[in-house]
Amino acid sequence: MSTLPTTPQSADSPATGTARVKRGMAEQLKGGVIMDVVNAEQAKIAEDAGAVAVMALERVPADIRKDGGVARMSDPNMIEEIIEAVSIPVMAKSRIGHFVEAQVLQSLGVDYIDESEVLTPADEVNHSDKFAFTTPFVCGATNLGEALRRIAEGAAMIRSKGEAGTGNVVEAVRHLRQIKNEIARLRGYDNNELYAAAKELRAPYELVKEVSELGKLPVVLFSAGGVATPADAALMRQLGAEGVFVGSGIFKSGDPAKRAAAIVKATTFYDDPKIIADASRNLGEAMVGINCDTLPETERYANRGW
Amino acid sequence: MSDTPVIGVLALQGDVREHLIALASADALARPVRRPEELAEVDGLVVPGGESTTMSKLASLFGMLEPLRERVRDGMPVYGTCAGMILLADKILDPRSGQETIGGIDMIVRRNAFGRQNESFEAAVEVAGIEGGPVEGVFIRAPWVESVGAQAKVVAEHGGHIVAVRQGNALATSFHPELTGDHRVHALFVDMVRAVG
Repeated sequence: MSTLPTTPQSADSPATGTARVKRGMAEQLKGGVIMDVVNAEQAKIAEDAGAVAVMALERVPADIRKDGGVARMSDPNMIEEIIEAVSIPVMAKSRIGHFVEAQVLQSLGVDYIDESEVLTPADEVNHSDKFAFTTPFVCGATNLGEALRRIAEGAAMIRSKGEAGTGNVVEAVRHLRQIKNEIARLRGYDNNELYAAAKELRAPYELVKEVSELGKLPVVLFSAGGVATPADAALMRQLGAEGVFVGSGIFKSGDPAKRAAAIVKATTFYDDPKIIADASRNLGEAMVGINCDTLPETERYANRGW
Repeated sequence: MSDTPVIGVLALQGDVREHLIALASADALARPVRRPEELAEVDGLVVPGGESTTMSKLASLFGMLEPLRERVRDGMPVYGTCAGMILLADKILDPRSGQETIGGIDMIVRRNAFGRQNESFEAAVEVAGIEGGPVEGVFIRAPWVESVGAQAKVVAEHGGHIVAVRQGNALATSFHPELTGDHRVHALFVDMVRAVG
């Protein structure tokens, strides 16, 4: 895309915040598990278990659901304590369209900003302009059009949304399948059809064409929202996710350290049922979970963002 | 060995796909390696970029660390980028507790030495032994090398810091040639693997 900065020709002028550096950061996380943590102690448990990154937030989605009210960016002190505690990358969430929260997160030095539907949206029309930042962004999507709109706004990584805080993988499966199916369909289109496809997807033609040629998104695609067990993580990988976010599933379970390590193992060896079986033994209680079909429309986070 | 060496990419975590593509464009037969029996079948190995703590944890958990060390000791060519560079260092300046490496290059690395993601950058880098001008260096939360031993040769520097080292059949770069379309560093490594055959 012509708007993206390119590699400088001289060794004297290193360029930060380029598309390659932002997207490349996500490439390094592939095959890994990114875990929600609410304090430094949990962050260390996650790192010791083999997490590739942690997501610093004040309450895990399951608690946001339970407590209600407006969910916002976390306290900078808490984020800094987590940055201090671990050497793996630290991500943090801003509200959708709340570019000032994003500016604050960038100033704190987080490695990735998640413009997240799990927090209460600050703007019901516009997402943040992510090209305005050096810090890369990850955004959620329920379908290909949504993913490409986020990429057009500068997102350097996409996660299928799922339904955070439910411990139920059904929506994660739905959204990832939707994105993969739409990509597969584009793959079969000829040039004449791509213009209409772009219109239908409500996404820029250039990105639609790029996806049609690549057979994948131009950025890394993870899965999120409802992964609670090693088998859930492996399922998302087998369905085509390049890695997984696990939110409430770990620290709302009986033995977080053990479950975290087990999910890491199953994510790496996602195609080896014996290893997944071993990882699934004696993990203690999983989070109780919520049946998504009893969840009222107004309480579905995946509907936030557009 | 035939002209098309079989080169593995350690596929525990990280940007494996990009290395497989780069190796294939450099005329190698590339395949992912996660298990000791898969390691036994390759002529050379790339340790990709990723999270070094995660990779070393998974390597020891799944019994890969010793087989990796053994093959590197026996002279199998290896190439590590970023996290892979850390894993090929004999010593980490600031390891996480219990963080182990494969080793193979007598050097001390500093993790995330160039800073966090906001400091990640691209710059042109001259690499000794690579012709046709500088390579595009993509540095992501990159390490640098604090110092090297007598056997190790510095092949690239950036901003006064060592960013690429070669020792015998082992090569390491702080940056990620696999994220660019320029496959000259991979071609150099494929030549190293051919030379051993």
